[in-house]
Amino acid sequence: MATAEVVETGVTVERDTGSFRLGEWLIVALIHVCGISAILFVLAIFAFVFGEAAPLFWGDYGFSFAEFATSTHWSPAHPTSPHYGIVALFVGTLAVSVLSMALAVPLGLGAAVYVSEFCEGKRKETLKIVIELLAAIPSVVWGFIGVMVMSPIIIHGLGASIGTNILNGGVILALMSVPVIVSVGEDALKAVPDSFREAGLALGASRWEIVYRVLFPAAKNGLLAAVLLGVGRAIGETMAVLMATGHAVQIPTSVLDPVQTLTATIAAEMGEAEQHGTQFRVLFLIGVVLFAVAFVVNLTADIIVKGIRGKQND
Amino acid sequence: MTEVAQISISTRGLNLWYGDFQALKDVSVNIPRGKITSLIGPSGCGKTTLLRCFNRINERYGNVTTTGEITILGKNIYDEDVSLAELRKTVGMVFQRPNPLPISIYENIVFGQRVHSRRGTITRAAADAMVQSALEEVQLWKDVKDRLKKKATFLTLEQQQKLCIARLLPLKPRVILMDEPCSALDAEGTEAIETLIEGLREKYTILIVTHNMAQARRASEECIYMLLGEIIEHGPTTEIFLSPKNKQTEMYIEGRYG
Repeated sequence: MATAEVVETGVTVERDTGSFRLGEWLIVALIHVCGISAILFVLAIFAFVFGEAAPLFWGDYGFSFAEFATSTHWSPAHPTSPHYGIVALFVGTLAVSVLSMALAVPLGLGAAVYVSEFCEGKRKETLKIVIELLAAIPSVVWGFIGVMVMSPIIIHGLGASIGTNILNGGVILALMSVPVIVSVGEDALKAVPDSFREAGLALGASRWEIVYRVLFPAAKNGLLAAVLLGVGRAIGETMAVLMATGHAVQIPTSVLDPVQTLTATIAAEMGEAEQHGTQFRVLFLIGVVLFAVAFVVNLTADIIVKGIRGKQND
Repeated sequence: MTEVAQISISTRGLNLWYGDFQALKDVSVNIPRGKITSLIGPSGCGKTTLLRCFNRINERYGNVTTTGEITILGKNIYDEDVSLAELRKTVGMVFQRPNPLPISIYENIVFGQRVHSRRGTITRAAADAMVQSALEEVQLWKDVKDRLKKKATFLTLEQQQKLCIARLLPLKPRVILMDEPCSALDAEGTEAIETLIEGLREKYTILIVTHNMAQARRASEECIYMLLGEIIEHGPTTEIFLSPKNKQTEMYIEGRYG
């Protein structure tokens, strides 16, 4: 209204800039909040999980951290002498994760290379859609597949006495991690400039030589990220491993032994644990351990990636 | 020497289509051995396409159809028994935008040999010698000899382009194709690369696509003028520039279009 009267005096311009600045400031502030909120959420979650676990260390819970860290004996529901040893659970998680990665990394990276470099047009689109569909299958459905499909195969095919075990959980987790590895890995390969491929081709390299001599070095950061996302999925996954690994607390001696993982323990026992009781708090402490593992995995990834970058910058 | 022995690349009735679009029309040309030949013409005239036929790198796109014949050093490169790896060893290529591989300077030079020899057959000493002589030939050795293990993509564009030429040399190519090799460089870099190309003539047959008329005039002995997929005129560079026989060539060279 006022602006109409002072047209061409320069005042309008000033007013416009003023409201523009305010809008700009608001947007910038909003973006800051969005950015910082990620950090706040992580801190809040950590504070909550750690807060529930912390009283174990100073309260009267009859809890020994030394036992927790070194014992393989996990019997939290024992009426007179419960034991809270994390070692068997940790080894269970480790065994299932390592097996699943041993299967998923070669399969996932192979598929990423195939989709990105060796197929085109309709086939490529179809494959990508199917792989994304695979990622959308709920983990409880994967658990069903573990129990109903994998288990009989393992019992009849390999003569195992129990079909839900490390092998079963490892295969199921591998199938769940593959889509993540494929889609992130494919993005990493796609991001390699085409001029590198042409350079390799013009020097007489075959397509496969280009993959491992040119694309792997060029995309190694992205491929590493793909693998670590897969590892993260494997360590954090709960429902499918709860159903497929057999739920037996023990140090396994073969891939056909059932185990119990950290995540499955929390999911299975939280409902029965007395609120704020010892078992309840120990389960939260396991949560802290999972947090720490995830942190170490991410940090390792960061250091490796930075290490690679550092070398490049020398 | 006979007529044939002096011809390095020869095409007969070469046609090329990208899908429905015909990019080369009945191209028949003889490119002399051991000379620098420039390919000029307005954008989209097919000069880069023609260049990319000679190492068959055009074929990486699925929708390319080629008819006719291309003979390089007496051998039809579309024959069944031609290996693409061998062809590309004999016919090297330098690209418009310097594209050293994202590996070390050293490995960039050895890359070609690694691809073409069985694993583990290149000794350390042989590789070292190969790297030094290739880098010396492109006058890059002094600049980079202390940082051979560093990534090649951190060199300046001029150095990168020199490296891209150097990495062809261990393969002992007979023909070097250059697709606007100086277009990403500044004047100084252009001069350095042109000097380098000048030094490589006689040892190699060099075919260079350029948009830069002055460069074609300075740097080449023969010149081919193309328009809309056809070869309009081909002759010694001085003749093309001083007394073009074709009206269109004359107009292009005078800068009336293109």
